[in-house]
Formats: sequence, C-alpha cells, structure tokens
Amino acid sequence: MNTRRHSTGVPMFLRMLARAAVLRKGTALSALLAIIVAAAAATAMLNLFVDVQTKLRKEFRRFGANIVVGAKTGESFAPDNLRQIESAVSGHGLAVPFAYAVAHTEKDQPVVVAGTDFALVRKLNPWWAVPSWPDNAGQALVGIRAARVITSDGAPFPLTYQGRTIRLSPAGTVQTGAGEDNRVYISTQDFQSWTGLQPSVVEIAAYGSAAEVNSLLATLQAGLPGADVRPVRQVTEGEANILGKTRSTLLWSAIFIVCTAALCVLATLTGWLYDRRRDFAIMKAIGGSDRVIALFVSGEAAVLACSGALLGFVVGTGIAAWIGRVNFHAPVAPRLLILPPVLAGCLVVTLIATLLPLRLLRQIQPAMILRGE
Amino acid sequence: MFVRLVYESFRRQTRRKLLIAIAVTLGAAVSTAMIAIAIDIGDKISHELRSYGANLVVAPTDESLDVQIGSVDLKPAGGALLNEGDLPKIKGIFWRNNIIGFAPELPVNVKFGNADVTLVGTYFSRKLKFGTQEFTTGARSTFPWWKIDGVWPADDSNQVLVGEKLAAERGIESGGEIQINGKAYRVSGIVSTGGAEDQQIIAPLSVAQAISQRPGAVRKLFVSAVTKPEDAFARRNPDSLTPADRDRWYCSPYPQSIAYQLQEVIPHSHAEQIRQVAQNEGNVLARIEGLMLLITLAALFTSGLAVSAAMANAMFERRQEIGLMKALGAGQLALSGIFITESVLLACAGGLVGFAGGAFLARKLGYAIFGSAISVGPVLLPLILAIAILVTFAGSAAAIRRAVKYDPVHALRGEA
Repeated sequence: MNTRRHSTGVPMFLRMLARAAVLRKGTALSALLAIIVAAAAATAMLNLFVDVQTKLRKEFRRFGANIVVGAKTGESFAPDNLRQIESAVSGHGLAVPFAYAVAHTEKDQPVVVAGTDFALVRKLNPWWAVPSWPDNAGQALVGIRAARVITSDGAPFPLTYQGRTIRLSPAGTVQTGAGEDNRVYISTQDFQSWTGLQPSVVEIAAYGSAAEVNSLLATLQAGLPGADVRPVRQVTEGEANILGKTRSTLLWSAIFIVCTAALCVLATLTGWLYDRRRDFAIMKAIGGSDRVIALFVSGEAAVLACSGALLGFVVGTGIAAWIGRVNFHAPVAPRLLILPPVLAGCLVVTLIATLLPLRLLRQIQPAMILRGE
Repeated sequence: MFVRLVYESFRRQTRRKLLIAIAVTLGAAVSTAMIAIAIDIGDKISHELRSYGANLVVAPTDESLDVQIGSVDLKPAGGALLNEGDLPKIKGIFWRNNIIGFAPELPVNVKFGNADVTLVGTYFSRKLKFGTQEFTTGARSTFPWWKIDGVWPADDSNQVLVGEKLAAERGIESGGEIQINGKAYRVSGIVSTGGAEDQQIIAPLSVAQAISQRPGAVRKLFVSAVTKPEDAFARRNPDSLTPADRDRWYCSPYPQSIAYQLQEVIPHSHAEQIRQVAQNEGNVLARIEGLMLLITLAALFTSGLAVSAAMANAMFERRQEIGLMKALGAGQLALSGIFITESVLLACAGGLVGFAGGAFLARKLGYAIFGSAISVGPVLLPLILAIAILVTFAGSAAAIRRAVKYDPVHALRGEA
C-alpha cells in the first residue's frame, strides 16, 4: 500500500515547503502578517482610489444643474424639442424644464412665476430649503421673499397674467438665498393651462465624468441648433478642481502607505531568511545544490506572497467597504480587477526580499555556519 | 554593564538594527505626513471650494421683489440700496481673514442698439482701504470661473466687459467700442461665465452708478468666505442663546455667523447664505475630511502593524543571544530591561528622523497639490514619538515575553 512517494523530486520539494511552514510557524507568521498588511493596504487604497471619484461625483451633483438649455430669447420650446432633450438626457442625467412668466399680484406688483415639475426639482436641487412641497393642483411653492409680499399669512392669493387670473394656495415656502426667493413656483400643468406658455429653460444635471458631460453637451448642441446649450461653468469648474485635488491627495497617500508596508515586508522577509541560514547550510551539507536551495527559498516566498496577497485582498476589500459605508453611506464594491496587480506586487516584493539574502547564502560554507560562525 | 550591553548590541548588529530603524522611520514619516494632511485637508479643501464663488449675499432690507428672468432684469427702478462706502467695513468683522473676496453688484437697464440690455456694475480687482489695512477685492476673486477673452477692465476706467452671447449676437469684439446712452465705452474683453452674465454688459461700479445717476449705490453684495460646515448649533438663533453660547456661535465661522456679522457692519442690510454653494460645500467638505481621516487611521494601523511585524521578527532572531545571557545568569528583569531600552532607543531615533521626513513630505505635497504648505505643528512630535514607542514595544513585547521564558538549553541548541 505504501508507495515510496517521498523519494521522488517534486513531492519531496512540496513536503519541504509544507514542513518548513509548520515547523517555523512563528517567523513565517510574522512574515505572512507583514505581507497581509501590505496587500490589504494596497487593495483598500486602490479600491478607494477607483471608487472615490464616482462617490464624490454623486456629492457634487447635489450642486444642481451642470448644463442649461435655453430656448431662443423670447421664445419657448416646442413639445418636440422637449421630448428630444428628454430622450437625449434619459439615463445620463436629470432634465428639469422651467417655464417663466411675469404675473401681477392684487396690488399690481410684478412677480416672476415659474412652472416646473416639483418631483424633479426636489431631486435636482436638494439644497432648496422647503418645509413642505406642493402635491396638488392649485398649490404653489412661494419664495421666502415673495411670500412676504404676496401672502404673509399663508392665505390663498390670486395672480394675474395677461388678464387671466389664477387662485393659488401656498403649500410651502422655498429659501435658497438666490433668485428663487423672489419667485412663485407652480406645477407645469397649472402653469400651461393658466398662461399657455411652454417651458423655455431646461436645467440638466448630467452624471458621470467630464468627458461624459461634454459628450451629452455636444449631443444636445447638435440636436438643438437654435437653442442655447451651455455648461454651468461655476459648477463644472469647481467640481473638476476639487475632484482633481482630492484624487492627487489620495494617490500620494496611497503611495506612502503602500511603500511603507512593502519596505516592512522587505525587512521582515530578509530577516526571516537570514535567520534560517543554518537550515540552508544543512541542506547544502547533505548535497542540495545552489539551484535547489534558491528554488526552495523562492518557492516558499511565492507561497507566502500568494496566500498573503489573497488574505490581504479580502481584508483590504473589507476596509474599503467599511470606509465607503461610514463616509459615503454606500459600500465600495469589491473589484476583482485589483487582485492581479496586488498579487503581482506582493510576488515582486517578496522575490526581491529573497534575492538579497540568496546571494549571501550561495557563499555559505556549511561547516562554518553549522559551527555557528 | 547595562549601558555597555545596549551599546555593543547596537555596534555589532548594525544590519539588523538598521532594518528596524528604517521600518520605524518610514512608519513615523508616513504617520506624520498623513496626520498632517488629515488635520489640514479641511482647511485646504475649504479654500479650494471657493472656486464655487460667493456663498453669502448681502441685500438691502426692503420688501420689493427682484423680477428677473434669465439675464433680463425687469425690476422697476428704485427700491432700497446699499451704500458703497460701507463695503470696506467688511474687512473689520471678526472673521475678516476668512473673507476671500467680495463683489458689489448694481444692475442698470440700458438701451443698447434696439433692445434693453442689463448692464451690471461691479468691482474687478479694486484696491480698498480699511483703517491702515489695504486689500484688493472684486469679481476676479469672488467669481473665479469667469473667463475673459481680452483683459480685465480697470476699476476706474470707462472700459467694460461684454457677455459672450451678447457679443456674438451684436458682432462685438474685444478691443472694440460700444455706445451706451450716447456715450462710448471701450470693450476690454469678452466674458464667458455660463450664467446670466453671458448676455449682459459688465462695467466698473462707477460707470453703472453714473449711468443710473445713483452715486455710491450698490444693489447687492456677493461675499466669498471660508466657512465651517453648519451643524445644529449653527442653525440656532443667536438672540435666543445664553451669552456664553452666543459667544461660541459668534466666534465660529459658520455661514450664519459670518452673515450675521456682515449684517452688523452694513446698515439696513440683510445677509444670508447662498444655499446652493453654502449647503453643498459643507457636504463635500465633510465627505473629503471624513475620507482622509479614515485613510489616516488605516495608514496608522498599517504602518503600526508592519513595524510591529518587522520588530517581532528581529526579536525572534535573537533567541540564541537571549539563551546565552540566561545561561550566564541574567534575570528576567535585566533581560527585558535591555530589550525594552533597545526598542525605545530605536523608536525615538526612528520617530525623530521620521517626523522630520514626514514634515518635509507633507510640505512638499501641500505645495504640489494645493499650492500652499501643509504645516506640521511641533505638537505632533510627542504624539508621533509616543506612537513609535508604543508600536515597537507592541511588536517586541510578545517576542520578549517568549524570550525570557526560553529554556536556555533549547535556545542554544537552536531548537526553540
């Protein structure tokens, strides 16, 4: 039953690797720990570096529209054009139409009335301070300054546009610190049946990278030759600036951390091998060639590197996911694409770490080492 | 004897000690740099966020409404105005150093060709004086995304900027001349902003005041200030706070408290935050700060573990030495004393060098990314040294504990 598998070359080699790991588990463990730490740091930083752009862009989209499409001065969009914009934007962003008119209050004071889709505006401009949004026809969202002039006590009020009067009940107020405070917002349906005007401005929050935003911009410009399609430079430039700087900071931090971890792996492994010079001396003394010993050492290092990289990848992915959850309230998805570079990095570092002492080991005189000199 | 043992250990095992020292140094350098970045990043990003422009607006306290659609101002003339003479007082408020810039605005409707166009008067980069303090402010610092094809007009000239759209419609070029109300103005540049200004004429404030015949008048004032993200405390009404809380509120750079202070120095004014900028920048700032904080924690943890592993390994290598000492009669106390002293010496040396290196790294990085230094306070030095000592100690503790328990016979035979 008992086959003589121990005497053949390859199984013997594997057995040596396994026994070395078991017998020397103290030092092997600390070397493994160093590799795991380095791999985990690299994985977490790479993961974050790739993901943070998407995560931060989501935050930047809270600044609202980055593209504004305006109809020709004094005109409004035909329903066809609106549908065209809608279909160009759908999937790439959020398009919110606005229609404007100047109406008059009871006391004949001019006030700008805007017709829009409240559900979309809420998503587009989350910074609007609105205690309660209108949800019925005939309800209006009144700018905080406009409210003081029109309806100080929240009572329904009439507005007149070209002789036609509409009665609106204020559902809430809107405060932004900008032009919106002076306006009255009503739903598109109410606005159209009252004034007969179509939207003249479409504000678009385009998602994605600068290139994606630009391509949407180009599509819109090509599709609407008469309209005025322009990027909101205040938003796009601010975003590009901060995103770029955050990414560079992150990149440099990643380089620092990974370098430290890698150098510590180097120090640990070199020490580990140097510590085992007796083992190698015995191997040499009983007839191991330099080549076999080198193979054995690099084999060991490779096994350590691979297992360390795999464990580190799992730990690092966990750390990245935790940072994503804590900071962005959305997990950072694990990326298998990061595994090959991490694995390769670990292998390179461990092999470098073994190469240095190997040169010394070649010159070993077994007798001297075994005597403890 | 003790000192000699430690000294000789360093002298004879240079390679081993050097490796550990390098590990500690690197760990300390990275920790220093990361902590410095995490502390400073909020400040740096706050300044970068000013590329979104003004986050506060000051307007007269009147009840009239702006009637503006797009670039066209339909507001009837009249209404309350601010006084230009009050503007330099902004540099006298408590948080004056947080004011990056401000730009007044005075819109006037003018007949331009056959249509009404809004001309907006503002500062471009106007030199002002408050007390003995001189400063420059205007649209250039308040609206950094404005792009000029040509040159910025001087604030005391008759030069104007014409919006990109308007210029294209009317065939106006940079360097040309336009007629407004029968007076000629030189177009020093074409301005492109992606906002209402693209269809307006931007002129020095004095020009707008002259055209509207309202000397010293300002309709609105846009202020760009470095602020702290608002929290629940920021939203409290200062008049309902206890005196101590009120002081704390007043002395925190919240958008609300800066607006409150602007209101105090500019008579008959109402200041408030521009929520699109003020609210969202807090959000972005909090995210980036949080990210860097967590990464710094991860970095500290990583370098700590890596240094510990290197340390543990080095201690493990020395079990024969320990065995010999024990065989010669060294007690556990003396043994641990030697190794702990060695660790502390290594940690202090590595920590000091690492601190200097980390401070240098942070400085360089600050200049490379943000154009200003990330400073490392000396307060950080004891902290870094403490961390270095703790980490090397943690790394060697287990190994030292095991070492003092070795049976010298096994250790010397190489069996442990």
